Amino acid sequence: MTGAWMGMPAFPDAAREAVRDSQLRANLRNATGTIRAKRARVVAERPDWEQLRVAGERIKDQALRNLADHLVEFERNATAAGAHVHWARDAAEANKIVLELVRATGSSEVVKVKSMATQEIELNESLAEHGITAVETDLAELIVQLGHDKPSHILVPAIHRNRAEIREIFTREMPDVPAGLTDAPIELAGAARAHLRRKFLSARVGISGANFAVAETGTLVVLESEGNGRMCLTLPETLISVVGIEKVVPTFADLEVMMQLLPRSSTGERMNPYTSMWTGVAPGDGPQDVHIVLLDNGRTDALADEIGRQALRCIRCSACLNVCPVYERTGGHAYGSVYPGPIGAILTPQLRGVAADAVSASLPFASSLCGACYEVCPVRINIPQALVHLRGQVVDAKRGKPSAERLAMVGMGWVFGSPRRLRWAQKLAALGGRVLGRRGRIGRLPGPGAAWTDTRDLPVPGQSFRDWWADR
Amino acid sequence: MSARDEILARIRSALEGAEPAPEVSRDYARTVAGDVVRLAAERIADYRATVTLTTATALPNAIAARLVANGVRRLAVPADLPSSWVSDFDGELVQDNGLSNAELDGCDGVLTASALAIAETGTIVLDAGPGQGRRALTLIPDYHLCVVAADRIVGTVPEAAELLDPKRPLTWISGPSATSDIELNRVEGVHGPRTLDVLIVE
Ligand code: SF4
Repeated sequence: MTGAWMGMPAFPDAAREAVRDSQLRANLRNATGTIRAKRARVVAERPDWEQLRVAGERIKDQALRNLADHLVEFERNATAAGAHVHWARDAAEANKIVLELVRATGSSEVVKVKSMATQEIELNESLAEHGITAVETDLAELIVQLGHDKPSHILVPAIHRNRAEIREIFTREMPDVPAGLTDAPIELAGAARAHLRRKFLSARVGISGANFAVAETGTLVVLESEGNGRMCLTLPETLISVVGIEKVVPTFADLEVMMQLLPRSSTGERMNPYTSMWTGVAPGDGPQDVHIVLLDNGRTDALADEIGRQALRCIRCSACLNVCPVYERTGGHAYGSVYPGPIGAILTPQLRGVAADAVSASLPFASSLCGACYEVCPVRINIPQALVHLRGQVVDAKRGKPSAERLAMVGMGWVFGSPRRLRWAQKLAALGGRVLGRRGRIGRLPGPGAAWTDTRDLPVPGQSFRDWWADR
Repeated sequence: MSARDEILARIRSALEGAEPAPEVSRDYARTVAGDVVRLAAERIADYRATVTLTTATALPNAIAARLVANGVRRLAVPADLPSSWVSDFDGELVQDNGLSNAELDGCDGVLTASALAIAETGTIVLDAGPGQGRRALTLIPDYHLCVVAADRIVGTVPEAAELLDPKRPLTWISGPSATSDIELNRVEGVHGPRTLDVLIVE
């Protein structure tokens, strides 16, 4: 996957292709429409939604502003409860730690519950290179894995597949597929249950991420729906959780806010079916060998950016994807990163560096700046503001000095005040990119970058995103 | 420099000169109005779980009735489950004194108590306390009959957070195992128990 993933064309090219794929567009429109309506209904039920959002924003800001202290506190409490805490500067270091931990168990297979952090570091690929099979157990991840596909949504990675396609993938790829499987969702879910059952019951190593890490208590939290999370977190002897350092919240009471914001924003439910919270080792109950890998991998770079750092508040609910008119038409693959949609457009370039590659440089332009993402974000990340800020950085990175785009974009209110001015500012930026594009430079790449060398050298779309959009 | 020290140093330098973050305002709702027991029953049922209201005296009978209705013959129970609860059940009882996963998988269902329930969200929380057993017990059997004491039902998530002890392994359960991964339709029954049956004891 690494090569193909990193060899993705920059956003406008990938998007143009995706928009032409009518099945994908129909699947997406259908799915995002459903989820938007569900979310709106459960959010409207809460007259204090704005208070919850502000609390969520501040909890994460408090956590981030004292991040070093909170991480040390988390480490102390988790360790006291019997967990082993490891630190990883980057993807390679995290993968190495996990590999060594898995090897120490003698197991050649691990069961995994969906985790953005492990996708980001491409853990499965790294384990596979060393002969260890990682079995994804989330239904959507299973669909993606069996379909030799890439995830296209944070919450529902197979959102681009409809039931007929899923049936087709299962029938082709599952050795133990029930005869006469139809495309009824209940049957498809049943097939996945049967397929993974034996693996769960005999698994010796589980790998997870975490939605939250509580500094005050050393507790990790995983929200899920299917019970595959509980299986992975409870049945194996060894549990390894890879956790981005921005996942920390200061106190256990902070969860009372997050546990209300996240399910309503992500699946549009009052609460998700299952949430597991565990603190180190519980004697006689669940894994007795518990490891936590705290991951930086670019997060401290984002933290250093006054405007960009708000992206680290993200709780990966995917509400911003579901309301994004651009995402709805292009799908997640066009973003060329495990973090698609509006959040991906501001997170990916920061984690990798805006000048790292053509995808990162083009992502801040993958938006019409309509502001819908900001309105739904449960932790109030001002995505349009961050996009404009990053556009400035992309152009600066090319020029090494303040750019026309930067100057044009200084007054946010001014730009947002008029679509015409916005169009003009974006054209100016596109022009800057075209003029300077030939000096494109490939920077640090996560993972093997060989496939990258033949890629585009234009860091900024030659056509402004809005113009491109107007042509659709 | 160790990875730990380097990451901590990077964080400190990234935040040099940053303004302190504003204090967290906690002016969101902490309680709900009205009868929390009715609300809990309604909200749990919204997830397509079955909810039955009963009393302490009628509990053994209610338990047996639910087990029969769901075809449970082999029932797993935690070792410390009050024996009176299953006095009317005439199927086979399998006590969990360290059952293997395969043995648990061979049971038709499991009966446990719970730590508390949250009315507003229709959530039951297990904390491995009395009558609840370890986490695998309520995970592997396909049917979970869960007893909730009405006086352990709180209105809201903040009220629950105050009562819960994070040092215990906590499992929040809101309806049966489900997925929305196929065209975003909620489908009950993936890896966790496919049937959640709740008895509220008033
Ligand atoms: S940016 Fe906000 S809306 Fe988007 S995934 Fe993150 S938390 Fe959710």
